[in-house]
Amino acid sequence: MPVGNGRRVAVVAGCRTPFCKSGTALKDARAVDLARYVTRELLERTSLDGADVDEVVFGQVVPSALVPNVAREVSLLPQFPKEIPAYSLNRACASAGQAVSSAHDQIALGNADVVIAGGVESLSDIPILASRRLADTLVEASKAKSLGARLRTFSRLRIRDLMPVSPAIAEPSTGETMGQSAEKMAKENHIPREAQDRWALRSHQLAAQGTADGRLTQEIVPWFPAKLNAPVVTQDNGIRTDTSLEQMSKLKPVFDRKYGTVTAASSSPLTDGASAVLLMSDDAARAHGYPPLAYIRAYAVAAVDPGWQLLQAPIFAVPKVLERAGVQWKDLGLIEIHEAFAAQVLSNLKGFAEKGWEINEDIINVMGGSIAIGHPFGATGGRIVTTLANEMSRRDVQFGLLSICAQGGMGFAMVLERR
Amino acid sequence: MPPPGSALTWELIDGIALVTLDLKGEPVNKISRAVKDEFLVTFAGLERDAAVQAVALFSGKPENFIAGADIEEFVKLTTAAEAERLSADGQELLERVARLPKPIAVGIHGACLGGGLEFALACHYRVASDHPKTQLGLPEVQLGLLPGAGGCQRLPRLIGARAALDIILAGKTEPAQKAFRLGIVDELVHPATLRDVTIAAAKRMATGWRPRRRRRGGFVGWLLDANPLGRSLVFRTARKQVLNQTKGNYPAPLAALEAVQYGLRRGMAAGLKREAQLFGQLAVTDVSRKLVQIFFATTQLKKDFGVANAPAPVEVRRLGVVGAGFMGSGIAGTAVSQAGVDARLKDADLPRVHKGLVAAREIPDERLKRRRITKYEHARLVALLSGGDSYAGFGRADLVIEAVFEDLAVKQQVLREVEAATHDRVVFASNTSTIPIAQIAAAGRRPQQVIGMHFFSPVARMPLVEVIPSEHTAPWVTSTAVAFGRRMGKTAVVVKDSPGFWINRILTPYMNEAGHLLQEGVAIEEMDHLMVQFGFPVGPITLLDEVGLDVGEKVVGVMHGAFGERFAPPPGFAGMVKAGRFGRKAGKGFYTYSGGKKGDVDPTVYQLIGTQPNGGPRAAEIIQRLVLVMLNEAARAVGEGIVRSPRDGDVAAIFGFGFPPFRGGPLRHADDLGAARLVGELERLAERLGSRFAPSETLLEQARQGGKFYP
Repeated sequence: MPVGNGRRVAVVAGCRTPFCKSGTALKDARAVDLARYVTRELLERTSLDGADVDEVVFGQVVPSALVPNVAREVSLLPQFPKEIPAYSLNRACASAGQAVSSAHDQIALGNADVVIAGGVESLSDIPILASRRLADTLVEASKAKSLGARLRTFSRLRIRDLMPVSPAIAEPSTGETMGQSAEKMAKENHIPREAQDRWALRSHQLAAQGTADGRLTQEIVPWFPAKLNAPVVTQDNGIRTDTSLEQMSKLKPVFDRKYGTVTAASSSPLTDGASAVLLMSDDAARAHGYPPLAYIRAYAVAAVDPGWQLLQAPIFAVPKVLERAGVQWKDLGLIEIHEAFAAQVLSNLKGFAEKGWEINEDIINVMGGSIAIGHPFGATGGRIVTTLANEMSRRDVQFGLLSICAQGGMGFAMVLERR
Repeated sequence: MPPPGSALTWELIDGIALVTLDLKGEPVNKISRAVKDEFLVTFAGLERDAAVQAVALFSGKPENFIAGADIEEFVKLTTAAEAERLSADGQELLERVARLPKPIAVGIHGACLGGGLEFALACHYRVASDHPKTQLGLPEVQLGLLPGAGGCQRLPRLIGARAALDIILAGKTEPAQKAFRLGIVDELVHPATLRDVTIAAAKRMATGWRPRRRRRGGFVGWLLDANPLGRSLVFRTARKQVLNQTKGNYPAPLAALEAVQYGLRRGMAAGLKREAQLFGQLAVTDVSRKLVQIFFATTQLKKDFGVANAPAPVEVRRLGVVGAGFMGSGIAGTAVSQAGVDARLKDADLPRVHKGLVAAREIPDERLKRRRITKYEHARLVALLSGGDSYAGFGRADLVIEAVFEDLAVKQQVLREVEAATHDRVVFASNTSTIPIAQIAAAGRRPQQVIGMHFFSPVARMPLVEVIPSEHTAPWVTSTAVAFGRRMGKTAVVVKDSPGFWINRILTPYMNEAGHLLQEGVAIEEMDHLMVQFGFPVGPITLLDEVGLDVGEKVVGVMHGAFGERFAPPPGFAGMVKAGRFGRKAGKGFYTYSGGKKGDVDPTVYQLIGTQPNGGPRAAEIIQRLVLVMLNEAARAVGEGIVRSPRDGDVAAIFGFGFPPFRGGPLRHADDLGAARLVGELERLAERLGSRFAPSETLLEQARQGGKFYP
């Protein structure tokens, strides 16, 4: 039964590109190419006529300066009529989750029947910025009236001003990087190194299993490189089948070399990829003859002081969404928790446990998580919605929860239901 | 004011006469006798009218300026003197236009070809719209003629001899952008401002302003175009190129070259005179007559759906292609690139799909490289192309073309799979080269929606598609296949469902005969050279390398099975296939290939086919045997109704494998030689070489009755 106001919204289908470590198999594709490709393949897989789509929403965290509204470029695919409005949004690592919930809202309100929501990130295709001084100089020079004036502006430049600046994954409000935040959470919540390594290992093992038995690859559309000398990419390339606890324990901590516990192995890698989810009103799904995978029952977002524990907001978002959904923790049959860092997942779980909720690892991240699969910031939410909905359908689970921590101290949570 | 109902009308606004050319009852403007007379009257009136200070001229047609001269008038010309007079009349009219004391600006939107461009060149200022439909060119040479209304004089004077010859000798048509770069038009503007800009130019000229045109091409341009020494080099090079390409079979480019050169040496008046003379001579040549006939035949074919009372074709919005090999990827790439259709390529495994997608993408890539499309258009076309290893997405296909392995059981299997994956109105087309469509259709649930669409390799470049309805095929399915073939930029010819259809039916005996001649000791290069001299684009052995010997062997096998002894393959080819010498695609066939370029004949192949070159029969016999064996089979096939008309058969042979256009096609050529002579020669050959030369019933009948293919 739907809760809250409005029409019931169905998750009809979802798919994604393989998630590949930045600078590897997808490095020659721009983010917009990935987003267009995954959307087009979603149409192929569902045999949906592009003209039936009312709106396209995409999340992207680090947009290209040349394609600031990637969603519009998606909705201008030749498979669509040119009249489909589209917008792009940014809720950090929960962006695609936000795209799904924004699409949900438009359908629930009756403003749309069919919406494609997705997300994309290419960390191989990030804008490289000029230094402030160089940027100022170039602007000034372009306004200069004479050659002399132009040369004078350039004469003020120093060599160091010519160094490009790449955007860092640091909080603008605190200057703390993600890794430093994870390290801080590990310390404050007393998450030992071994527990983190174990969680990372689990992520890889379950993802490898999901890849081998096809549950995880089912949602992946093959990527055909532009050149023939590169093989077709059909799987995520960060999943390690050969790693062990022993190997992981040898790695040096990255963010606090002396007393730290967070390593490269227990962090999600920088990743390229895109995801897309097809959402419809219950009526539209029926009318088009699509059996829904699941329905969106409720979603919620919470935020905390980024100077506290940056990635701990899910412990506020999850109670909020459960309350909205009218569902108890113990009713959940499957849980997907985004894995930015093992330390963060374990901190979140600890927070849940402190509420008196029993933690059953057997239903959490049953095909691994972002540590193994990878984490293209803008796209991860679409992957998690798809993975959860597919697995709920396979196991015929009534209620599923997803939880995503995000930069800025935000947490995003959503409850899906089967019937 | 002109009388109502005439093609030319004008109104006076602010001292500028705005003239509109709009040929009533015709889709396009073309220049005929009547239009010329009207021009004379109108321009005389404009000259007299003191209120008129300048003229701005436009077409009243939304999509074309002037498509050219009325070719129907050429056909009626019987003597060179008549044709010369026609040319001279046109020249005189345009001389008047050029010398009109009042300046004329033209606004060009849409096709501006032949006589239309010659007219524009005589005017004093040319503005063109930057619309893709705006194309300028002088295609006369393609009809065996030359631009005879001053085009050979005015174009080189405007843009230099080099650039002008480039257009005139090849009969080229250029998009407005290129025409602007070359200096053919003075301004390039958005279609919405074409009228205002043209009128403004007329006004400026009315006050005495004249455009200053600088010679283009920089230092090299000056070196080659602006002095007699450089020019003579240009002409020598051009002549060599023409001879190299035409083998002396086409007189028009050489005549055009002479008209240009003569005019540049001796001045405009002498040049015009020579131009008219040469036009007169060309107009009554057999070559020109043949080329004009083919032009009319293809024009007719464009409106012919190949079925009686053709039902409206279904619009194909989405195409499925099964088989991502050389043909499949070529079909998908061409469909995307030319028809702008959404195309899904399917094959059994992803690496094959990948290879197919990469190959298909090269087709729009090539158009981008040649600047035929912008990078934005290219991005759109590329996004139309996709593929996978399942039938996902075939649910929305309106047409599915299969290009899988040439094997009946495999094709039947694909038909069953496609029927299971598609909606019930889908058209299934098989790109088989030999297998009867009815046999493939027998495996399906909807034989009325199964048809053949036989493309030629490489699909992007070969301009023909044979459309083959079986006896069960519904008429709307035929018109849908024909319409889609046309959208892919092909000439579509509907032929009967019989082994080998038309093209392979008449080509197989020719290829086989080439094999027999090899056995008799003819050298590979010699045979190829002779047939190129005869007018084919490549010789039979090179063609075999291009088609692929494995494919050829399969075709011959099917034909031999269907028609018996006269199609028996010559010994020798099998040895080539066994050795893996499949031709170009294998990097080695009769010739060697490296880096995509054809090299020399590999002499070791003679051992493989069990012979040594020893001269063999003399040249005339080689040509005679190769040509006659084809004409004979073509006649037999016409007798069986394989093509619906000699017109279809000739056009298909010209576009399908390059039968020399100046000979008008195999059936036209047979008419020229005469049935009696053909029968006589064939009987003598049959006596000496075997029954494969036995004259067909069709020819025997014609010889008895004095009949012909064409009236």
